[in-house]
Amino acid sequence: MALAPARRVLPNGLTIIAARNRLIPAVSLAIGVNAGASADPDGATGTAALTARVLDKGTARYVADAIADELDGRGASLSVGAGRQQIVVSATCLVGDLGAVLPVACDVARAPAFPEAEVTTRRAELLTAIREAADDPGSVAVDALNAALYPHGHPQGRPVRGYAGDVEALTRAHLQAFHRRAFAPSAATVVIVGDLDADGLVDAVSAQMGDWTGPAPAPAAALAAPAIAERRLVVRAMPDKSQADVAYGFVGLSRLDDDYYPALVMNNALGQYALGGRLGDSIRERQGMAYYVFSSLDAGLAAGPLMVRAGVAAENVQRTIDSIDAELRAVLAEGFTAAEVNDTKKYLIGSLPRQLETNGGIASFLLSAEMFGLGMDHDVRLPDRIARVTHEDVARVTRRLLDPARATVVVAGPWTGPAA
Amino acid sequence: MHESILANGLTVLVQEVHTAPLASVWCWYKVGSRDEGPGVTGVSHWVEHMNFKGTTNIPRDQVKGIIEQFGGSWNGYTWIDQTTYLETATADALDRMLFIEAERMASCLYEPADCESERTVIISELQGGDNDPEQRLDTEMTATAFKAHPYRHPTIGWLGDLKAMTREDLYGHYRRYYVPNNATLVVVGDVNTADVLTRVNAAFGAIAPGTPARRATTVEPPQEAERRVHLRKPGTTAYWRAAFHAPRFADPDFFPLLALDAILTGASGLNIWSGGSVPTPQRSARLYRAIVNAGLASSIGGFLAPTAEPYLYAISATVAHGQTLAAVEAAVLEQCALIAHDGATPAELARVRAQLRARFVFDGGSVTDLAHQLGYFATIGRWQDWGEVNARLDAVTLDQVNAAAATYLTADNRTLGIFEPTAGADGEAR
Repeated sequence: MALAPARRVLPNGLTIIAARNRLIPAVSLAIGVNAGASADPDGATGTAALTARVLDKGTARYVADAIADELDGRGASLSVGAGRQQIVVSATCLVGDLGAVLPVACDVARAPAFPEAEVTTRRAELLTAIREAADDPGSVAVDALNAALYPHGHPQGRPVRGYAGDVEALTRAHLQAFHRRAFAPSAATVVIVGDLDADGLVDAVSAQMGDWTGPAPAPAAALAAPAIAERRLVVRAMPDKSQADVAYGFVGLSRLDDDYYPALVMNNALGQYALGGRLGDSIRERQGMAYYVFSSLDAGLAAGPLMVRAGVAAENVQRTIDSIDAELRAVLAEGFTAAEVNDTKKYLIGSLPRQLETNGGIASFLLSAEMFGLGMDHDVRLPDRIARVTHEDVARVTRRLLDPARATVVVAGPWTGPAA
Repeated sequence: MHESILANGLTVLVQEVHTAPLASVWCWYKVGSRDEGPGVTGVSHWVEHMNFKGTTNIPRDQVKGIIEQFGGSWNGYTWIDQTTYLETATADALDRMLFIEAERMASCLYEPADCESERTVIISELQGGDNDPEQRLDTEMTATAFKAHPYRHPTIGWLGDLKAMTREDLYGHYRRYYVPNNATLVVVGDVNTADVLTRVNAAFGAIAPGTPARRATTVEPPQEAERRVHLRKPGTTAYWRAAFHAPRFADPDFFPLLALDAILTGASGLNIWSGGSVPTPQRSARLYRAIVNAGLASSIGGFLAPTAEPYLYAISATVAHGQTLAAVEAAVLEQCALIAHDGATPAELARVRAQLRARFVFDGGSVTDLAHQLGYFATIGRWQDWGEVNARLDAVTLDQVNAAAATYLTADNRTLGIFEPTAGADGEAR
């Protein structure tokens, strides 16, 4: 069953994509704007994150209380999230409520008022979130790994939520300027999925967004991220924590890289498949050291990190790092087995119907397909894109990305470093 | 919805949903952490882990990939009343999913070496949770709010018990509760009901019934006075929490309290498996306005889960940087007193009724969620309960909501907990 979404680009440059899904009488909407944390100005990290928090707290047409009245009385959910690439305005409502919810969601993206008092309140919320993350070994480890993998000033090296010192200095003027610069119809995609006719959904969005104007933002310059040449260990001691988080990683690759699909297969076999792929077999199943161990591949417009994560007791940190090293050396020397590669490919292809079952799942898939220019038939073509990956492709990308001699290893938790 | 009961006592629920080529299979057992006595807390959850480790007909080395070959995923969870397992995959994997669940019910191996390696995995799970101050606070408060009922201990168990339990403790628990007459099998998706029943009979029909242990029926004595938990630990952020004894799902007071929670913190629905996937509408909620919009806390949430026996209604807040625990506590308790004294308004009830009706739709937003809801309610009550949630919601009156506020939001019925961050061992607040 192909999604076969309807897609229309309006004269103002806005892209609208709609698909019908009949499972429940509800609609999910996602307005993605290319204004993620990668677009944070230097010295103003957290700008996108704070913009997202204030965006839905009042607009030109609706004060905050009016938004509450329009949405809460219908059981509609509206939220805004900031990622590295995009800010996404998301809404979920019953089919019958779309007529009331859609204008609010669109106005939130187009014409936020950024009330001064809201900026103050939500800035304190974001600062609280930053402080909470500083107490969480997993967040500390991932932040430290990103900072170590990317050169100073590279957007990929900074946390989306920003640094406290920067966020404290953010004002209403920063958010207004960011919105003016980055939010424009040509930088936005609206995806809408639910139990309504797709063409009618495109028309409904078009009616709300057709008169949105704004100059096309300057395309962001993609900064290079040189691969790291040597092995490094970074320790963030958190002596009062119960266990340590290990983040072991590399600069990965971009979603647009020719090696993306081989890397997808490789990552799945390494640290995803079943209970964490090869790494799960070793560290969780055979050695019983960790409840979670997995790898992740963050392939965005820039080359995001390829990362192995595990949560382990302090006395097992060294053994965990050694085990990751051993697994990487093994796949470098001998490669994944043919069965591993085939099983993983079969899984990635076979899991597509689950990924595309829900309104939210379909909306995310289509938003991503649009962002990376994968085509509106990406759901139909994806199985073949994965099936074509060969054993040699996987071996090549393994050699390219997974050399333990060039790994950056971060440990955050009750561990102070290797025994002398 | 079709219900059958096999000769061996297995309850089978089948619902056809043909919107996607998927099927979800869940097998539910009436056993959870409330069925655990001293010395074996956490045994139900550990048993759940062991039931992914190979069976008579699924050798250990063939577990990996057994459902992934079909593009499927599998998982499970254990909580206070229940243990459950699921697979969701394309519908052509139905036989494989049923085979896995039949094997899991009757033929798991419990190899001693696997029991030992899983002991440390579970201790790692516990310690990972301990890294989260809110989870620590929740554990301490639940153990304080209950003094008699076994809901008091955490589902993962106490560390001492996890270190001491034996393979025989695990295997005995497994054999005692994993019998067809203590289970509900739910199949939802792109299937044919008659065909499913034939296949279920083939997979499960030969499993002999057993005699599940009688479930303990301790009644928690009424709380006589406010209780307090004050955790002082290294950290960066203060957390405040209140836990009120709450009615069980079958109690007529449950839906009035659910509406009250929605008025206070926004409607979060009745799906504890995926209920967080659609954010809770909070903008109009009383506590969100009085606490978060006022800048006292960075977040506030309510938690009222459907349970077989009376559990807790919790309100939790993250104190905003620069604000104080005392200010958050005073403001939340003032709002609780206000609604207990003056009641809610008709407009508020109308609003949360609409919110909850929508949530109940979102709660069933996939075949996996639909199957979860049927099995969940079958395990804590009756599967029909899920179909009756709108009727029970519609029957809620303003008087009932106000009575629930006056009855449950009292000082004597609550445990208040705070997590107060102290400077770390390095002398600095992190």
